[in-house]
Amino acid sequence: MGSRKFGNRERAVAPQDGRERMSNKHTIRTISGMDSVNATVLGADEIILNMGPQHPSTHGVLRVKLKLDGERVAGSECIIGYLHRGVEKIAEHRSYQQFAPYVDRMDYVAAVSNGLGYCEAVEKLLGTEAPPRARVVRTILTELQRIASHLLWLGTHALDIGALTPVFYCFREREEILKIFEKYCGARLTTHAFRIGGLQYETYDGFEEDTKRFCNDFAHKIDEYETLLTENRIWVGRTKGVGILNAADAIALGVTGPVLRASGVQWDLRKAQPYAAYDQYEFDIPTRESGDTYDRYVVRMEEMRQSRRICLQAVENIPAGPIMARIGKVLKPPPGEVYHSIEAPKGELGYYIVSDGTTQPYRVRVRPPSFINLQAFDKMAKGSLIADVVAIIGTIDIVLGEVDR
Amino acid sequence: MGHLIPPSIMPYVLPVLYAVVIVAVLPLLAGYIVLMERKVMADMQARLGPMRVGPHGLLQPIADAVKLLLKEDIIPDKADRLMFWFAPLVSVTMALLAYSALAIGPAFQIADLNIGLLFILAVSSLGIYGIVLGGWASNSHYSLLGALRSAAQLVSYETAAGLGLISVLLLAGSLSMKDIVQAQSDQGVWFGFSVPFGFFIYLVGSIAETNRAPFDLPEAESELVAGYMTEYSGFRWSLYFLAEYANMIIVAGIATTLFLGGWLRPGARYHEHIPGTGIEWLDALPALLTLGVALYSLSLAPKQPVKIQKIVMVLVALLCLGIAGVLAGALIAPPAVMQGIHGAFWFMAKVFAYIYAFLWIRFTFPRYRFDQLMRLGWRFLIPLALVNVIGVGVAIVLRQQFAWGPIVSLIPTTLGTLGVAMLLAKDDAPTSAAHLLDGE
Repeated sequence: MGSRKFGNRERAVAPQDGRERMSNKHTIRTISGMDSVNATVLGADEIILNMGPQHPSTHGVLRVKLKLDGERVAGSECIIGYLHRGVEKIAEHRSYQQFAPYVDRMDYVAAVSNGLGYCEAVEKLLGTEAPPRARVVRTILTELQRIASHLLWLGTHALDIGALTPVFYCFREREEILKIFEKYCGARLTTHAFRIGGLQYETYDGFEEDTKRFCNDFAHKIDEYETLLTENRIWVGRTKGVGILNAADAIALGVTGPVLRASGVQWDLRKAQPYAAYDQYEFDIPTRESGDTYDRYVVRMEEMRQSRRICLQAVENIPAGPIMARIGKVLKPPPGEVYHSIEAPKGELGYYIVSDGTTQPYRVRVRPPSFINLQAFDKMAKGSLIADVVAIIGTIDIVLGEVDR
Repeated sequence: MGHLIPPSIMPYVLPVLYAVVIVAVLPLLAGYIVLMERKVMADMQARLGPMRVGPHGLLQPIADAVKLLLKEDIIPDKADRLMFWFAPLVSVTMALLAYSALAIGPAFQIADLNIGLLFILAVSSLGIYGIVLGGWASNSHYSLLGALRSAAQLVSYETAAGLGLISVLLLAGSLSMKDIVQAQSDQGVWFGFSVPFGFFIYLVGSIAETNRAPFDLPEAESELVAGYMTEYSGFRWSLYFLAEYANMIIVAGIATTLFLGGWLRPGARYHEHIPGTGIEWLDALPALLTLGVALYSLSLAPKQPVKIQKIVMVLVALLCLGIAGVLAGALIAPPAVMQGIHGAFWFMAKVFAYIYAFLWIRFTFPRYRFDQLMRLGWRFLIPLALVNVIGVGVAIVLRQQFAWGPIVSLIPTTLGTLGVAMLLAKDDAPTSAAHLLDGE
């Protein structure tokens, strides 16, 4: 009764008597935005499509359960946790310094930013501050990392939408940034560039020149990407009006970063609560009004230009002096708790650290931007088409290492 | 040789020979088009592409083919086994069948059907059954969605592409591939120049028909994994692949025949009584071009890192030298032989130029969304194609009534169609899917 045969294919049919029915014997879990009956029972024209955890464009191991009416998305549910490594729990069994490399493994395409957030949070807990030279170098590296992260986003986002070429151009420029990281600290991806209290390494000879050369070349490179995409009819068609998130919803969902700013909220922690050396430099916070995928694209492109601007200003005038604060070898912060957040490439990255006065933190809680921004997915995806789903996953700019931790 | 074969069989010998050659050469050709695609892609994306298997990756297609043939043959548990087995065969058979009417040069044609073009279109459209059946038989959501997209897309764009072709048929007055080329020779202009909008519509339509980017929705990797091919692997997958590239050559062949003068050399002497149109030295170009390639390969040979690669490179040079020799020898051969050999050269050169345009477009543009694809087809291409066909009809009347020349008579048509195209393009419909939900 509950199913009709189509060839050897069984499909669920909507129940007539209102009783709950299952398709293929196992329950389909609640799809958000549906009442319970509609969630477990599919209409005659509806299918459930599991996108991921192995899928070319879910950016890792995200699994999206889509309820489809033809190509239209009737409901969706993000299922996460495939990359859970218990990072926060690990922190409770490591000393403060030992935990620092672990944070690089959360947002692994923006490891420097993760490190900055953690180091500054512990410094705040200790009641100390990194010396001015260290703060400026941190700012430069973090802004380079922001460009690298945005480049990776741009390449993969364009790839998802079907533009095959920009990803290689983006990686070409990202390579230059990674080379600077490699020269500075020996690592390219999970850099562990900063230490609690400042920096371990002095900048290498030619750091300023490398950064300047990259920034000068990069101005033309952004224009190159924009030539390929910004006014491309197909690109505009695929992104304008797709995945709209208005300002009120964005704030209610706790969305931060470029996604929030594209919805018209001018909120950037670099301006709102300056950290590192951001208060010394001039830069703008780009915002857009309509909060669609195209606006998020424009905002991120402009952010890369602004990051370049910050780098150029900072590299001109790196103060002399020590690179490490005097904090001693064994860190025993006084009992207490601290929350410190920075503007990571993907949004607000916060660390909430509780100390019980020992060498190991009592609790470290991370507020990862990707995880919280991903909440907005269902709101954005509802009523769109399958092709929009990949555009929306791309535009939120998630890294599953950070979502699952 | 004639006395060895009974006269009753004689007419069939050459076509069968041609058919065997095509079936034997096509997989190789498809493989090398893939290599060309990867090399062109690499060139546009600031990288090298395949470089390891053979010099500059020249043996990559063979390695790929061997790998595919040796892979395990997997049929999903819940698939419809018979259909799963049958579907790729449909696709590849129909793609190969279409070659029987394609004229690769004046001599090299299996059958000069008087309904040649119609036959090719009919047979190559049947290939869609392979895709739909394969998508259905796989019993997977991704495959099914890919197959549905493919069916809808093919129906929409076949109409537009067909209307684009009709504008040429009106001018040529024939469906036979040979007669269409002959008509371009007689009128002294390739139809691609006299009806540019017919060419444009066919170009767009043919990209969509062969499921190439930016219309590659049926196999959109980032959305549907691999569309209708998701569950296929190994040899069956390679059959689909072969069908796709065979279809690419077919549409390029149709475009070449109808719009780019078929096997005619650029600037060929169309009319004996008009001096100066014939650039006779161009006849030497094919031989010189291949000779140049041969010398270039020879100069690259010592630079190859491995000995075997040096040998392969020399072999490539020798192959090109051989082809150059044949092309040069044709210059002093009887005209029929010369036209046959040089015709095939120019035809293939144009086919590859057309395929290059495909690749160029693929690596430049993002992918359309399904509703946008449909809107482009039905609201832009089909009205434009209709206007174009009407315009060509008017041009033919002008030609007959006022004895206007073949080019002059089509200028008003082209300008009129351009106006309509701009008008249609201005109609910027909403891009979001929201309007789809409001019952449109």
